[in-house]
Amino acid sequence: MTQQGVRWTADQVLALAPDDASRKAGSKLATAGPWSAAGSSDEGAVWGLCKGSGKKPYQTVVDLGDAAGAAYKCSCPSRKFPCKHALGLLLLWAGDEAAVPAGQEAPDWAEPWLAGRRQRAAAQPAGAAGGAGGTADPEAARRRAERRAERITAGATELEQRLADLLRGGLAAAEQAGYGLWEETAARMVDAQAPGLAARVRELGAIPSSGPGWPVRLLEECALLHLLDQGWLRRERLPEALAATVRSRVGLPGAADGPPVRDRWLVLAQYDTADARLTTRRIWLHGADCGRTALLLSYGAAGRAPEPALPVGLALDAEVAAYPGAGQPRAALGERFAPPAPTGARPPGVTPAQAVARYGEALREDPWLESVPVTLREVIPVPDGDSWQLADAGSGSALPLTAAARARPGLWRLVALSGGAPVTVFGECGHRGFTPLTAWREEGGELVTLC
Amino acid sequence: MIRTSAPVEAPAAGAWEELVTTALLGTDRRTPPGVPAGRQAPAALLDAAAVQTVRRRAGLRAAPAAERPHPAPEDPRPQLPPAAARRLTMLLADRPGTAGGGRRGTAPDLMELLPQWLAAANARGYAAPPQALPALLDAARGRTDLRPAALAFAGPRALWLARLNPDWRFALRAAPGSGAALPGPGEAERIRELWEEGLFAERVALLAALRERDPAAARELLAGTWATERAEDRLMFLDSLRAGLAPADEPFLEQALADRSRNVRATAAELLSALPGSALAARMADRAAACVAVDHTLGTPTIAVEAPHECDAAMERDGVVPKAPSGRGERSWWLGQLLEAAPLGTWPARLGGRTPEEIVALPVADGWQGELHAAWCRAAVRQRDARWARALLGAPAAPEAGGPGAVSLAERARLLGTLGAAERADWVAGFISAHGLSEAFQLLGVCAVPWAAPLGRAVVDALNIARDAGSYPWSFSGVMGLAERCLDPAEASRLDGLLAVPDEARDASPGAGGYWAEAFQRLVTTLRLRAAMAEELGVLGG
Repeated sequence: MTQQGVRWTADQVLALAPDDASRKAGSKLATAGPWSAAGSSDEGAVWGLCKGSGKKPYQTVVDLGDAAGAAYKCSCPSRKFPCKHALGLLLLWAGDEAAVPAGQEAPDWAEPWLAGRRQRAAAQPAGAAGGAGGTADPEAARRRAERRAERITAGATELEQRLADLLRGGLAAAEQAGYGLWEETAARMVDAQAPGLAARVRELGAIPSSGPGWPVRLLEECALLHLLDQGWLRRERLPEALAATVRSRVGLPGAADGPPVRDRWLVLAQYDTADARLTTRRIWLHGADCGRTALLLSYGAAGRAPEPALPVGLALDAEVAAYPGAGQPRAALGERFAPPAPTGARPPGVTPAQAVARYGEALREDPWLESVPVTLREVIPVPDGDSWQLADAGSGSALPLTAAARARPGLWRLVALSGGAPVTVFGECGHRGFTPLTAWREEGGELVTLC
Repeated sequence: MIRTSAPVEAPAAGAWEELVTTALLGTDRRTPPGVPAGRQAPAALLDAAAVQTVRRRAGLRAAPAAERPHPAPEDPRPQLPPAAARRLTMLLADRPGTAGGGRRGTAPDLMELLPQWLAAANARGYAAPPQALPALLDAARGRTDLRPAALAFAGPRALWLARLNPDWRFALRAAPGSGAALPGPGEAERIRELWEEGLFAERVALLAALRERDPAAARELLAGTWATERAEDRLMFLDSLRAGLAPADEPFLEQALADRSRNVRATAAELLSALPGSALAARMADRAAACVAVDHTLGTPTIAVEAPHECDAAMERDGVVPKAPSGRGERSWWLGQLLEAAPLGTWPARLGGRTPEEIVALPVADGWQGELHAAWCRAAVRQRDARWARALLGAPAAPEAGGPGAVSLAERARLLGTLGAAERADWVAGFISAHGLSEAFQLLGVCAVPWAAPLGRAVVDALNIARDAGSYPWSFSGVMGLAERCLDPAEASRLDGLLAVPDEARDASPGAGGYWAEAFQRLVTTLRLRAAMAEELGVLGG
């Protein structure tokens, strides 16, 4: 298998950036001027010396060849990760073959770090196999899990009580109670080690101030939370797959222990959402042969980009293993066999009617599901009053866009790409509408990110 | 929340409404249907609501499609090469106002390169990638100077897009008539119709387009409705005759000299005076010649000036403004206007067969030199007379060229505009070599981009001298910025020697060497970037 590194596109490199400021600073360094002694190896390493404000240039090394994702090292003092020098170097590498020649030997200052990484990578599979059964005490682990389940049960029972109190007094009263009530309840759920419940409770607090129609939304979310509580309290009586879904929705960590599926996984979309505490990264993959769409979820502390970052539009020859639970798209990326490579494969599309039907069917396995990943083929973005739709080019049916999607600049990229003609759009289809994430004009065409 | 459709069965909808009402009021006040009141009521309500919620979500249907927009018109231009498309993305990502302010560092100012990139892409006739249009329109929205090139590059799809987003309305305003193409040469009827019924902007565009194609037809079109146009409109329309001005326009302009509006009269007179063969030019020549003569009674031949004593009605009709601005003598004010409008060809004959160079070299009596030469400068610019411009500019290395001489920097910049690009560059190069950069900014601004080799070398040498003189680079930030944008990228290799931080001289400003190295690094980086940009767009020869 060849490890010949494919040069990424600028967009793919920019997707690695932790924030906009880094993206901008990196772009500015993406010229040959400040760089010297730059090069790249066939193993996917890229290095260069960047002239900064001081006398001594910064030493920047990036390792893209590692199956676990890109790794960076730079002698600059920045705490951003990757720093602007690493981004600038990669952009230069992406755009200018002459400035960063391929097939070089790593210089002395870069070699030890790269060699160390290769050694660790080689050692890892053996270590992982040895560590799985050995060190942990299964009996202690079982006791810990039992204690946690008891806590969650206590939390779920308490939450049921609070929901009953709420319904007894009426939702109209909740509008006056405000956010504090929910924050406190959410904190109780964190104490109960049920982060999934805590997150849902926190979201309840925002609904009364979310505009017209809030009582309907609040009742829906209360009812689904009640359903989840009840699911947890009766999990022994549920079918195993549904019980696993309940466990993961409540917030118990699972292991991606599904059978690893090796395929050429096209990276369809990558986007981050952030709250005060946490940055959540979602990456959608589509397997060319297995036809499955998988979600990689990762988290980073606020202000730091979660790992990994994958280049949208390229395909990974890699293994992907599903997390447990019925109807869950979540998966974990396993071994990667080659650096990302361009591909013309695109997921097949469906009509808007089929897309909503697919969401309806998915609710059978997971009633808490907000949306399902769907590729819509031959749709046209159409303005509809203040809102937008994706209208089927063939029939008269359409999917409205979600409120969040309407506010994003990606909407206009989608409209511009279409120009009133049909395009294929990948996105998330749910009860709030459709959120477009990526679009392309024809089979095998360039992916345009919208998120 | 968006409902893609109503739930399927009406009874279910009714049941859901009932549940929502009960939940709002509370089970203490209202009992959910089919549930006994009491302690179990809330849980029963939630059970029923959960079933309904999942049922409603699972039963969603696609909505009926709204009316589709008309598809965007086809853009027949070829696609950008992939590398150029990536470059465009990077240039557009660098938005002004978000940079960290303060010192500029060694990184190039990408936004400043966008105009060049657009010009090169337009020259090659490439189509904009559709997904880049929103960023392009946003950039053009913030910078009006970018708009013409950005909109030309953005093409028909951008206008289609602008109709859908109120933020981009400016694109529709900036491109009048772009919705419907201007009538072609054979469509006399449509031209007449658009001229008589179109909006003002459409009419201006029509007149300009027609003037370019057929100057006489444009003039006749205007003359047909001239009497009925409003004064402001007459002024704008008259101005569009400036392009393609020819002796055939004289009768019409002569007639406009009698216009009701003073501004229209003045513009007509100005246009006529730019036609050296016109009757107005001849009248002005007579008046001006009466004021200027060579006096041989002194030891050396000297120009004697006798300013006019009055501004009569005939002068006023020929566009001379009688009222002088405050602080200026009336007579010198009238003189300036006569000299400016008189054909320069008058003077060699009037002043003893001397060449323009000899005339400019003559001493002028009674302190009239400033007034006289300044008026000749304006005349040379108006009549685009390179010979006189050359004479008035003088030798670039002459000592008075650097100081506050008779001819101001702004006038010199305008005089340079009448010369060919190569001659202009040579003159400015000579000026910089002799006088340095402190006065050069305005002159550099009129030179063709990229700078010719001698000019580029003169600028780099002068920057090098400025550095060695120990000043800080930000004293030259204007010239530096111009050099980044205008220096030929091929010069980059000649700058390599300037990139190092020199040892600090005793009399130098502290730290200046480091800042200069940084400024030169930015210059070289920007030049390399421009070379790469040109190569990506297939522009040969840097």
